[in-house]
Amino acid sequence: MYGIMVLGVFITFRILNFPDLTVDGSFPLGAAVMASGIVAGWNPVIVIGLVFISGWLSGTITALIHNKLKVPNLLAGILTMTMLWSINIRVLGGRANLPLLRQTTMLTWVRSFTAEYVSSHAAVLGFFILIVIVIKLLIDLFFLTDLGMSLGALGNNEQMVINQGANTETLKIIGVSLSNALVAVSGAMMAQFQGFADVNLGQGIIIAGLASVMIGEFLMKSNRIWVLTTRVLLGSILYRALMYFGRYYGYYINLTPSDLKLITGVLIIILLIVTQLKKERSHYERAEAVRGEQDT
Amino acid sequence: MIELKQVSKVFNPGTPNENVAIRNLSLEVERGEFITVIGSNGSGKSTLFNLIGGTHQPTMGQIFAQGRDVTREPEYKRSRYIGRIFQDPLLGTAGNMSLEHNMMICSYKGMKQLKLNLNSRRRSYFRSQLAELQMGLEDRLKDNVGLLSGGQRQALTLLMMVLSRPELILLDEHTAALDPHNAERVMSLTTRFIEEHDLTTVMITHNMHQAIKYGTRLIMMDAGEIILDVSGKEKEELTVNGLVERFRRIRHQDLEDDELLLT
Repeated sequence: MYGIMVLGVFITFRILNFPDLTVDGSFPLGAAVMASGIVAGWNPVIVIGLVFISGWLSGTITALIHNKLKVPNLLAGILTMTMLWSINIRVLGGRANLPLLRQTTMLTWVRSFTAEYVSSHAAVLGFFILIVIVIKLLIDLFFLTDLGMSLGALGNNEQMVINQGANTETLKIIGVSLSNALVAVSGAMMAQFQGFADVNLGQGIIIAGLASVMIGEFLMKSNRIWVLTTRVLLGSILYRALMYFGRYYGYYINLTPSDLKLITGVLIIILLIVTQLKKERSHYERAEAVRGEQDT
Repeated sequence: MIELKQVSKVFNPGTPNENVAIRNLSLEVERGEFITVIGSNGSGKSTLFNLIGGTHQPTMGQIFAQGRDVTREPEYKRSRYIGRIFQDPLLGTAGNMSLEHNMMICSYKGMKQLKLNLNSRRRSYFRSQLAELQMGLEDRLKDNVGLLSGGQRQALTLLMMVLSRPELILLDEHTAALDPHNAERVMSLTTRFIEEHDLTTVMITHNMHQAIKYGTRLIMMDAGEIILDVSGKEKEELTVNGLVERFRRIRHQDLEDDELLLT
């Protein structure tokens, strides 16, 4: 379920090279829109569409602030994120959280459809896995289109994309918006799973996303998009597992759940250090290889 | 083709760092011409390219492309008819993407469509084009461009640019960062493509031999102005010594006397 969010973070952070803090706001935005829509009695499928659009728009705002006002991307994201906090409370009807108890969510449908065959836990899990896989495949497909490929090139080499006559501002808007739309959908799923939406749901989401993306990068190396998205998902699962262990077994070494953010931060720093060391070593090896070639 | 009318470019105007990079420059590039541009550092060669390519907008003056005023047209729009290669071989290709994806992105100009255009027919077309580079790249379509050498990347950039059929190409010392062997190969590819596709070309070079050997017209720049512009028979008869001699004479004299020297 966080997997969708992590895919979104992956698009901005790794493909577009645009560290986007908007996600801390668009995640609870998705949750808030979902919860309000359901409480208002709308069809959950339509509400998910609204969630996607609201997330898309929040990404568009960040990208526009960055493009038009020439604001650094980090600041643009913080601006939108801060504004979204107020908007989220508005969406939730002037309060900080909204329970979904005894409301008809997508999960209620899933449970009732499958009640005869499998347990409710298995049904919900299967439903989420299915959704994540479908979204992953759609993203894979998107990045094989010409538009998707030029998004990939944008994060790598902006000058090249300009030289191809494509408007990089428009491309950035598409990428950041798509990313936030995914994050909002992820928030909506989270709200249904937890049974409530809360404005503070998004706190630290970007860090969790980054940690997942980076763990994934340790698993395998490739330039094929389907491998990249797969490893992002695996990274997300691993990260959740680590957090789970932190929560349940950290107790023995005097850790409390409030220490988890510290652990995540330290984890990211360790990953960065190891990446750095790896890079230095491969540079060294390459230099050696060149020297070897010249000798012969 | 491209015409610059009394163009000036001033960086940081009104500050102590004010710098006049281009001073009242006029230049007309005719279709089919191959112009080499030579000049010392800071003479305004690269700024001239940035003005033609649209990276910078001129402080004064106008730029026309085929009679159309493009002075305020943004860089990405101008890129649709101007191909450009930089000194840094990394700037023309995306290093962490595969060869075929790079070629796909460059196969048409303008905003990319939401279409799956990369199919086996495309791949075999790419392969046949790459084979002409004679660098063994045709078997490496799935490899990351980051794995290629600087010379291979620059040759690939050149090929991709030619395939997009630009009306004008700007080469900004595109062989300067390569080792002599690769520089030679890329340069011979360049002349071959220019002849085959009848490309209008402007090439900046630091190397006087290169400036004399290639092209149909030679321009020398200094302090943001064109101080020498020779073409035709005069260009063919130019030697390095003659060029150095002219350069020395121009530099020692007041700029108002340029016209005397050119006659």
